[in-house]
Amino acid sequence: MLSTLHSPRSLSRFPLHLTSSVKPRAASASSASSLSDYPPPPLPAAQSPGGAPASQILTVRRSLLSGSVTATQLAESYLSRLRLTEPQLNSFIHVSDSVLKSAQEIDDKIAKGGGEALGPLAGVMVGVKDNICTADMPSTGGSRILENYRPPFDATAVKRLKEKGGIVVGKTNLDEFGMGSTTEGSGFQVTANPWDLGRVPGGSSGGSASAVSARQCVVSLGSDTGGSVRQPASFCGVVGLKPTYGRVSRFGLMAYASSLDVIGCLGTSVADVGIFLNAISGHDKFDATSSKQSLFTSINLLESKPLSGLKVGLIRETLDDGVDSGVKSAINAAVLHMQELGCIVNEVSLPSFSLGLPAYYILASSESSSNLSRYDGVRYGKQTVSDELNALYANSRASGFGPEVKMRILMGTYALSAGYYDAYYKRAQQVRTLIRESFKTALETNDILISPAAPSVAYKMGMLVVSYYS
Amino acid sequence: MAFTLFRNVIQAQPLFLYPSALLRRKNGVLYCTMKGTSQSQTQTATEERQQQKSPQKVKVPPQKQMREVSKIAADYEAVIGIETHVQLSTLTKAFCSCPYSYGAQPNTCICPVCMGLPGALPVLNSKVIECAVKLALALNCKLSFSSKFDRKQYFYPDLPKGYQISQFDIPIATGGSIDLDLPLEFGGGHRRFGITRIHMEEDAGKLMHSGNGSCSLVDLNRAGVPLLEIVSEPDMRTGIEASEYAAELQRVVRYLGVGNGNMQEGSLRCDVNVSVRPIGQAEFGTKVEIKNLNSFSSINRAIDFEISRQVNLHNQGQQDSIVQETRLWEEGAQKTVTMRKKEGLADYRYFPEPDLPEVILTKDYVDSVGKSLPELPEAKRRRYEEMGLSMQDVLFLANDITVADFFDATIQKGADVKLAANWIMGDIAAYMKNEKLSIIDIKLVPHELAELIASIKSGTISGKIGKEILFELLAKGGTVKGLIEEKDLVQASYCFSLLNLINLLILLEFVECCLIRIAYVITDLGDIEKMVDKVIAENPKQLEQYRSGKTKLQGYFAGQVMKASKGKANPGVLNKVLVEKLNAKV
Repeated sequence: MLSTLHSPRSLSRFPLHLTSSVKPRAASASSASSLSDYPPPPLPAAQSPGGAPASQILTVRRSLLSGSVTATQLAESYLSRLRLTEPQLNSFIHVSDSVLKSAQEIDDKIAKGGGEALGPLAGVMVGVKDNICTADMPSTGGSRILENYRPPFDATAVKRLKEKGGIVVGKTNLDEFGMGSTTEGSGFQVTANPWDLGRVPGGSSGGSASAVSARQCVVSLGSDTGGSVRQPASFCGVVGLKPTYGRVSRFGLMAYASSLDVIGCLGTSVADVGIFLNAISGHDKFDATSSKQSLFTSINLLESKPLSGLKVGLIRETLDDGVDSGVKSAINAAVLHMQELGCIVNEVSLPSFSLGLPAYYILASSESSSNLSRYDGVRYGKQTVSDELNALYANSRASGFGPEVKMRILMGTYALSAGYYDAYYKRAQQVRTLIRESFKTALETNDILISPAAPSVAYKMGMLVVSYYS
Repeated sequence: MAFTLFRNVIQAQPLFLYPSALLRRKNGVLYCTMKGTSQSQTQTATEERQQQKSPQKVKVPPQKQMREVSKIAADYEAVIGIETHVQLSTLTKAFCSCPYSYGAQPNTCICPVCMGLPGALPVLNSKVIECAVKLALALNCKLSFSSKFDRKQYFYPDLPKGYQISQFDIPIATGGSIDLDLPLEFGGGHRRFGITRIHMEEDAGKLMHSGNGSCSLVDLNRAGVPLLEIVSEPDMRTGIEASEYAAELQRVVRYLGVGNGNMQEGSLRCDVNVSVRPIGQAEFGTKVEIKNLNSFSSINRAIDFEISRQVNLHNQGQQDSIVQETRLWEEGAQKTVTMRKKEGLADYRYFPEPDLPEVILTKDYVDSVGKSLPELPEAKRRRYEEMGLSMQDVLFLANDITVADFFDATIQKGADVKLAANWIMGDIAAYMKNEKLSIIDIKLVPHELAELIASIKSGTISGKIGKEILFELLAKGGTVKGLIEEKDLVQASYCFSLLNLINLLILLEFVECCLIRIAYVITDLGDIEKMVDKVIAENPKQLEQYRSGKTKLQGYFAGQVMKASKGKANPGVLNKVLVEKLNAKV
């Protein structure tokens, strides 16, 4: 959240000519001009009475249970839309070949009268970011070093969504190992923004955001280390939810920065990401850092609650000079809307906020330098034949990793080196503690804090040659 | 060092999280080969051992060694510290649920976690903490109620994640000590050595280098097996002190049941640091690390070799050529050789392991572990000493917890302490050695040993028969009573006077001196007289010689009578009767 918003330094490095020409995401949900030729999935155009987009997941469920559409029909329509749009979008690195089989199984269940026992995600087409392991599909993390790698297990989040009836459509594109904010850093392909094919979908979960935005799937899994779900969701006009650290098990998520990595959800409505998060969250014995607190025991996710009296804090530092005016006005519109609904909105200041990005730089690159050590070409992944051990390591990693990954490994290795540890890593941890404390304090006087998800709308492709962190 | 690494990884066939599926894959997963010279410069401590194993044992008489060392001791003093890795015998590995068994087929005890596959995460086995707390309490350490894990980073093919999960700046325990008694043959004496720290970490896999050095295979069975590293203070001064420190650590580990402490299997590994300094100098000399120490005696000999090497350099004015380095002990040549010189300290880029939460101990937990500790070797030795056993006996009995348990159980059944010790250390130990059995494998149970000792003491059976029974019990089991009855070994009549008992004891000494292992049984006076008469009558020549002054022949007569009685004659009674009859005026 921090980095994507508040990065004056990095943003000032790159000329941005985006704001004036692109409509803010809040402006319209119907302007996916480049893709509007393709038929949408055969679902009722859902719009709840209040005007908020309704849950597609619930619509799917209702349609299946009522028999108005079969899971197979649904899957076929999504697949055909996917096939039509994919040549322009490149959201997916791999598309599953067992989608129809899974859909047929759901139809069989319904045919046998087991409809009511269907899981909450039954028949829901899910895109999975390619740094999340799937046993029956390759999982590359967007890196050539893991080209054709097939994990022997499903990530816990994938296992849970499958158990609840979700159908994995395929593996979505990303910046290599999640390091980037445009998805241009993928080792395989560049994904386009469905709203404007000349623009990036954001990153690193760009494939997941693009796929949901173009309705290639209903919801998708992303991962967020420094904004990698929230920023692409913003760029692609979908809802991105980065849950609290530990809410979703990281088991099966290829580690980038372990202390920050979170698996998140992308969907077209708040209700969908809520239902989706509910399905995949919870303690996991395979992840010692997953939370044991249960979140959703008694709360009805979809019950609407009056916002009257809710104390909302708008983080002042997220609306400073580095933020596009269009983004600011969208936020202001949101604030006005909240106030109309009875919220009490106040500005709050988090003075330590600006320290977030540099601290993040240090911590994420330090941890990544360690986490990516396992890609050594010895047991799996790309291996360059060499006649000497150190050359094997060097050549395999040099040819397997992309430039952004190499840069972060080098930076992290440097930050952890003897003599520099205290000045960089340790200091960054201290800053992290300060920031956490300031958030805690702000949340004592506010129920929620709000900020833009990104300081701008989607950039044009190729603009951000060197990314800022995500 | 030139290596080629290539691989037969079967990637098309996915592994499954379930152990059965993993096991089915057998060892196809993970063979790597390496080509190059036999030795790597970046090898970790663990696999040198595999490579350097030299099976030949060289016996060096301890006296010779002692002489050399004492010569050195006059002017120089050695300073020795030891780092010990103890492999824990937990059912599963430190951070995954793989079982580990030494000698299993390569790459059969592995899973995504210990293979370091993408997305796999470590989850701490709580037994590791229990073992660490046990050992920390046994070594009188101060526990860190809040400690953490760190990553120690380096690249090597036996380290799947590219880092080892270890503890760096906050180990689970610090500042302890260990007490031990040196063996009498090395001068005896009690010692207390300081323990700097104990920390938890995971083991690496093993590399197996081919005979011609053309390739290497990776076996990850051992990767992720829990270890405790114990670092001593530089308190030791001689090879024997160091090897006894290691031996005591092994005893403590075995008493606690946290590991098997087997040095040959690598379950207990010692790296020693040795430096020498002129006596009276306060600062330490340049230290040298020695690896490849596969037995206590090689620790002893390697250190004493290294001390004399360094002292010789001092004496020749070449102390500058002692450099900080790692040396290997060569068992065959009985010397240390340079393995690698340290070019500054390796930078392991330690940082806190973000995948694992802090290790928080509560006082209640520590107290409950403390209560579960068994009697430790030091306490046992002090108790045996108070029972009146000699230090030699004490050291023998307390050396092995199974022997100590057997002894304790025997004396608990009322057996005489000294006799029980003698039986265990004598015939039982000899039997175990011959049959290559441990005391838990033999059929004899402590209760029956106590019974046997009581039967001999009470005079029900002779020592000789006792010994026969013992071997039956050792090999086949059964009860003392059952065997006595079965073999009709019990003497018919129990007429038994105080005089007999005194005679018996006197003769016992005599018999032991003469090494005539025929002993004391009670027999009816009339029967013995008859036998004595018969023997005297059958040996008129010897009788004549005896009576003419060759009184040594009494032994001959006694032997003949004993033979006639099939060993059942009470030697006291026998001798008394014999002397009377031999000296009787005709």
